[in-house]
Amino acid sequence: MSKKIFLFDWLTFSVYFILSLFGILNIYSSTFSESEEFFNFSSPAFRQFLFMLLSIFVGVLIINFNSNFFQQFSTSIYIFSIILLLGLFIFGETIRASTSWYNFFGINFQPTDFAKLATSLAVAKFMSEIERNIKKNKDLLKLVVLISIPSILIIFQNDLGSSIVFTSFFFVLFREGLSYSYFIAILLILSLSIMSLVLPTILLFLIILFVILFLYSLSKRNNKKTKLLPYILTLSACITFILSVSYIFNNVFEQRHRDRINIFLGKEYDSKGIGYNLNQSIIAIGSGGLNGKGFLKGTQTKGDFVPEQHTDYIFSTIGEEWGFWGCFSLIILYTILILRIIFRSENHKNKFCRIFSYSISSILAVHFMINIGMSLGLFPTIGIPLPLISYGGSSFIAFSCMIFIYLNLDLNRLN
Amino acid sequence: MRKNFLIFFIVTISLIFILRLFSLQILNPDFEKLSQNNAVLTISEYPERGLIFDRNKKLIVGNEPTFDLLMVPENVDAFDTILLTKILKVEKKIIVENIYKANKFSKRLPSIIISQIPKSQYAIFQEHLWKFNGFFIQKKTNRKYEIPIASNILGYISEVNSNDLKNDSYYKTGELIGRQGIEKAYEKLLRGIKGKKFLQKDRFNRIIGPFNNGVFDINRQKAENLILTIDSDLQLYGQKLMKNKRGGIVAIEPKSGEVLALITSPSYNPNLLVGKNRSINYKMLLTDSISKPLFDRGLQALYPPGSPFKLVNALIGLQEKVITKNTEFKCNKGHFYAKGSFMECLCGVNSRKKLHNAIYKSCNTYFAKTFTKIISDSGKTKQNLNNWKKHVESFGLGNYLGYDLPIGKKGFIPNSNYYDKIYDNQNWNSSTIISNSIGQGEILTTPIQLANLATIIANRGYYYKPHFLKSKKLIDSQYNKKIMTSIDSLNYEIIIEGMKDVVEKGTAKIAKINNIEICGKTGTAENFTLIDNKKTQLTDHSIFISFAPKDNPKIAVAVFIENGYWGSRWAAPIGSLAIEKYLNKDVRRKWLESRIINGSLENEYMKVLSGKKFNINE
Repeated sequence: MSKKIFLFDWLTFSVYFILSLFGILNIYSSTFSESEEFFNFSSPAFRQFLFMLLSIFVGVLIINFNSNFFQQFSTSIYIFSIILLLGLFIFGETIRASTSWYNFFGINFQPTDFAKLATSLAVAKFMSEIERNIKKNKDLLKLVVLISIPSILIIFQNDLGSSIVFTSFFFVLFREGLSYSYFIAILLILSLSIMSLVLPTILLFLIILFVILFLYSLSKRNNKKTKLLPYILTLSACITFILSVSYIFNNVFEQRHRDRINIFLGKEYDSKGIGYNLNQSIIAIGSGGLNGKGFLKGTQTKGDFVPEQHTDYIFSTIGEEWGFWGCFSLIILYTILILRIIFRSENHKNKFCRIFSYSISSILAVHFMINIGMSLGLFPTIGIPLPLISYGGSSFIAFSCMIFIYLNLDLNRLN
Repeated sequence: MRKNFLIFFIVTISLIFILRLFSLQILNPDFEKLSQNNAVLTISEYPERGLIFDRNKKLIVGNEPTFDLLMVPENVDAFDTILLTKILKVEKKIIVENIYKANKFSKRLPSIIISQIPKSQYAIFQEHLWKFNGFFIQKKTNRKYEIPIASNILGYISEVNSNDLKNDSYYKTGELIGRQGIEKAYEKLLRGIKGKKFLQKDRFNRIIGPFNNGVFDINRQKAENLILTIDSDLQLYGQKLMKNKRGGIVAIEPKSGEVLALITSPSYNPNLLVGKNRSINYKMLLTDSISKPLFDRGLQALYPPGSPFKLVNALIGLQEKVITKNTEFKCNKGHFYAKGSFMECLCGVNSRKKLHNAIYKSCNTYFAKTFTKIISDSGKTKQNLNNWKKHVESFGLGNYLGYDLPIGKKGFIPNSNYYDKIYDNQNWNSSTIISNSIGQGEILTTPIQLANLATIIANRGYYYKPHFLKSKKLIDSQYNKKIMTSIDSLNYEIIIEGMKDVVEKGTAKIAKINNIEICGKTGTAENFTLIDNKKTQLTDHSIFISFAPKDNPKIAVAVFIENGYWGSRWAAPIGSLAIEKYLNKDVRRKWLESRIINGSLENEYMKVLSGKKFNINE
């Protein structure tokens, strides 16, 4: 036992603990009202405090589990989470346009975040099986299906933001040997998508035509036997892709998604309407200055100028009240948490443990990037929480479980 | 590479975030100001709206404080509703409803619960205010009309609408703006310039004091008090004379162009457009399509000028030298102005008239023949008509007069193009358009234009643009410029002699006042209306223009009485009484006064609406 205490990843736990407390502090500040006591079940900060106590209680249980439990039950957990997602279509409650909530006796529960945990377990389990090889197309396809099922179900619940988080498994696949050509293809698709939304279609066609002709003539000079056909195929593939992107953007996306993307791309400016949240968030963060206005002193926060401030826009409260140093520390803490989990996962001998831990850090990284990027106006408005900081019981408990499972696997690496 | 990709990725993202934070929070202090905008409350401070006096410095329009009761829902404790209803005399239902609305609007911002609390109730309520936590009183001012006159001149004020907000960035929602009349024309002088006060809010949105010790505050600028050219006694008297008649009186001081009175009838009490019932009353006035109280007949009504216009034709004839004061025309109870077309006249058989007695007898024949000479002499009909029009326009007819109120009508003076369009093959000549010689036909004028005509004759050939603002330092310089007519001043004398005898022994003997030499000219104008799409003639309009005293004139008056028949029946006595009132301050001819005040033309006006056949000119 004494050895175990010595082996325990105290650093990760401490960062987890500090972030959680810091989150409660900021939830308290952004929902502060003089008439309400802290010890009140309707106070979000107090509720979050209770969630934290519950999480630590569950965490202690998780840490004392046998490590094999997670590998053995990962398939069941995955299937159970899929059932929960499917159940939403029948029993789901709609909150803020997304049908992704269960209501148990007045307590709202969102299975989305647990689906991320379950998918991480399933991906780790699948890839750790001896005969699996990610270089084989058949296995890759199975993996993609495994990841797609929950993410597509979540799209149908009108929660595009959460489903985007599933792209974090790309990092896991890449780490586990996904071929470079996929990597390049994804990069190409991403840049083409963005360009096709920003540039006029004709101009983009001309650019691509020019680039491909240039590449063709370059290789023709080096190798007289270069064939034209692959280049023509690439060209037509690019053009088809561009046309389908604009088709999906205009016909499949909803107006709110289009607005958000257009505002992010700078094609629209609207500080009172759709862009209001973003604009107020940037004002709040900017007004924090070097040292911030101090705890409970943020004028933007207190005036309720930033909507959803205790959930998705919690970072603006931090920016206003804790200033540059507060934000800087938070980012450093987050980076430490993510990097620590990555480094520790690389040390695992057990493939399941390594892949699961790596998945957790990827998910945290994507949440971190999207949420803070959105608050700083660097990313389109995508409503996902900042893990451990934003208000929300299901999300907090799900992320706590991920970290405690990681801690368990990390603690029992020698077994 | 594969192992380090995510590490590299997350470190890059963190660095980008830190750089972005650095630029937002440390390099870009503008954001601090923006945030202050949210934390600093800006309050406008309004100067008291300018007072309006008449030419004798009698206060016409003042201000009266009223009070609004506001509340901030967040700060309200339980309170005694019954006490509130008792003091402010409001139903409980209304209070409950407004508090519900206030709660819905905002918990932290003030909302009006009861507006326009009169001073008397406020005084009592103030004693009890401490019992109502979260409530406070805001002072506002309303217009108060000390003498309920001249609503058509003064206009009114009301809250700005979305259009005003678009057109002028000075205004914010809920502020007041002048509508119509003096309130609109001199809005900028009357409102002054609002000041600004910056207050620091704490995080509960409560005001904790001036922001930065008030160094950024802007002081309000005092509004100007206006002195009008209006004589409130004359205005009030004129309104009394016009009771139960439709039409207008316009009186101008010839030497300055100052409008002494502008009366339109029917009109309304300016107090109707103040306070709680403003919008109901306004709707009522606006929808009264029979008496049209919002229509200023003095400025906007277009009437044929009738016989007073003969004076203009005589002046043009003298100027163009087609007649002299000795020119004689024969009249045979009228004359044939073309083959088979006879124009009637009230002169006897075989009478010969010179200009002087043609004026006081108002001989149609004389002026028709003069007009014919002006237009068709030397065969250049079109050119002559246009030349005639130029002369007429120099009297300020056929165009806006340029006075300082925002409404008006141009009137109409025809030119050759107009008749070319109306008559096929341009087949017209002086006899076709002969009605213009006696102020009928196509010519249309407004009462203020005719008052200005009287002014011109009184001044022997010039006028100042009529205006309503007397304060010398505020008035626009255009109102200090003499405007000359195209007629030599010597030509006016014979006209004035004729006008004197109109009152001495002519058509307006009733207008005579002992010891005041009045010059006048009556008019009786045929007019038509559409009843069931049929052009129907109505009883003639009764018209009178005049000025007095003959030498050194102090007042020029034009009176239009719709369907009053002879000029001498209504318009001439009214004009004469107005002159007597203004010059003598007291009216001695009580019998005439009471005949006019008690006389009513309502029966005449009802004829048109009755739907039955009716006789005119009874």
